[in-house]
Amino acid sequence: MSLVLHNRPHPKADFPIFDPAGPNAGLTYLDSGASAQKPTQVIEAVSRFYATGYANIHRGVYKLSATATDAYEGVRAQVATFLNAASEQEIIFVRGATEGLNLIAHSWGQTHLQAGDAVLITALEHHANIVPWQILRDQKGIELRVAALAEDGGVDRADFTAKLADGKVKLATFTHIANATGAVLPVAELTAEAKAAGALVAIDGCQAVAHRPVDVQALGCDFYVFSAHKLYGPTGIGILYGRLAVLETMQPYQTGGDMVATVRFDKTEFLDPPQRFEAGTPDIAGVIGLGAAIDYVGSLGWPWIEAHEKALLAYGEAVLAKVPGLTLLPAGPHRSGIFSFTVDGVHPHDLGTILDHHNVAIRAGSHCAQPLLNEFGLTATVRASLGLYNEPEDFDRLAEAVRAAQRMFTPKRA
Amino acid sequence: MTDPLLSIADAQAELIETFAALPDWQERYQYIIELGQALPALPKAFQTDAYKVRGCQSQVWIAPYLRDGRLQFQAGSDAIITAGLIAVLLSVYNDRTPKEILTTPPDFIRAIGLSQHLSPSRSNGLLSMVRRIFDAAST
Repeated sequence: MSLVLHNRPHPKADFPIFDPAGPNAGLTYLDSGASAQKPTQVIEAVSRFYATGYANIHRGVYKLSATATDAYEGVRAQVATFLNAASEQEIIFVRGATEGLNLIAHSWGQTHLQAGDAVLITALEHHANIVPWQILRDQKGIELRVAALAEDGGVDRADFTAKLADGKVKLATFTHIANATGAVLPVAELTAEAKAAGALVAIDGCQAVAHRPVDVQALGCDFYVFSAHKLYGPTGIGILYGRLAVLETMQPYQTGGDMVATVRFDKTEFLDPPQRFEAGTPDIAGVIGLGAAIDYVGSLGWPWIEAHEKALLAYGEAVLAKVPGLTLLPAGPHRSGIFSFTVDGVHPHDLGTILDHHNVAIRAGSHCAQPLLNEFGLTATVRASLGLYNEPEDFDRLAEAVRAAQRMFTPKRA
Repeated sequence: MTDPLLSIADAQAELIETFAALPDWQERYQYIIELGQALPALPKAFQTDAYKVRGCQSQVWIAPYLRDGRLQFQAGSDAIITAGLIAVLLSVYNDRTPKEILTTPPDFIRAIGLSQHLSPSRSNGLLSMVRRIFDAAST
């Protein structure tokens, strides 16, 4: 029942990992929330760059370096368009979303927050959007506030509002889509509310960018981070979008080459954003791969991706609902890309082990969101997360494997 | 758990023989699951950070106790396969002298055909559990 994509085969064929004649034949991959597989277009772009276009950037006086620099900076412009940033100066290449959030905490938080200020997160955050703020709290004496989880698995809007009320919150930072449950947060509304209360807003877009278009200007956020590897791109590269006016007030994160204007032994002047935040030789090939990944997603187009994933999600939910003893974690009013669940009588890790033997790849554990799972009274769940290459049959295979595991764990002796 | 009449070498041999009789991964895991289900529940008093084995994604506790020169282990996990793996380890290492433990590397893991599924890269922490048992024997 796959949706027909005009004039081309199903995109699964673009991903060599799924080659039916390859070493992973029969693989049911439902762990794209952890990392997405790579299409040939990305693999070849990285390979071609190393084979025919490689040199260091921003330094060379020769043609090859100039071409590599053009390609690298071209991707910056491409990412700016992808996020609808006002300018490519607002796009900083980082290692991943984790580094992006740490950069905000360090370069903005260290200088702009004082004791008595507060940072507001939600109960649905990944550890990467909790721990940097805890460290800042302990260093600076700021307060870390947590907007509560709502009954339905979304964010408690009244609590979010209440925690902004006294005007002490200088930064509200929250996930676009909760990685442990798939809950889509109403980020535009939360952003508007936090901005009205005088806070800056950072959004963790890791689980969003592969599934829906993102427009940072429409959202009105000050920061937006994501990792390329969840967008069918290479590992080791990610994006920190920062509103230019805010970036200009920030200190460097790391220092070294490629980010300084002048260096004397008594004084150094730093370059403007984004170079100010990109010390040292970056992951040039990773950036090239990210550009190819954005091109790839663009070639399919959001209408197809969103319609395909919506159909997959509905199918998956229906299939999983029929498995007795399987409980889905609630994901608020809107779910995207992720099912997190428990199965009566089978520990998530045990289930993961058996599913692996059925060639079904899922994640079992806390999903780097221990506080959220604690809110549900759990320490672990099984998480099935989808990518644009998944097909409805993948959920059939998941459900079959869960039932097989249930049979294995039914006590045999009285 | 440990048959007191079996030497540590015999215990390993018996384990290898038992697993050799199981034809495929499903049967082997079914056996491990049954061992896990049969492992006595670990008293809450032992489910503490001091006894927790790090490096396991599921929760694992191993509490060593030296009695008459022999090491006894109370152990448990919230995951059944992990509990079954604990039972496998204890069938060899429980109620042995520290010297016996230290001179018995966990080669039987490979021999019982589990290494393919239970390599160090897997998160079940089998290696961490072995390390904890050896640590207890060397202190």
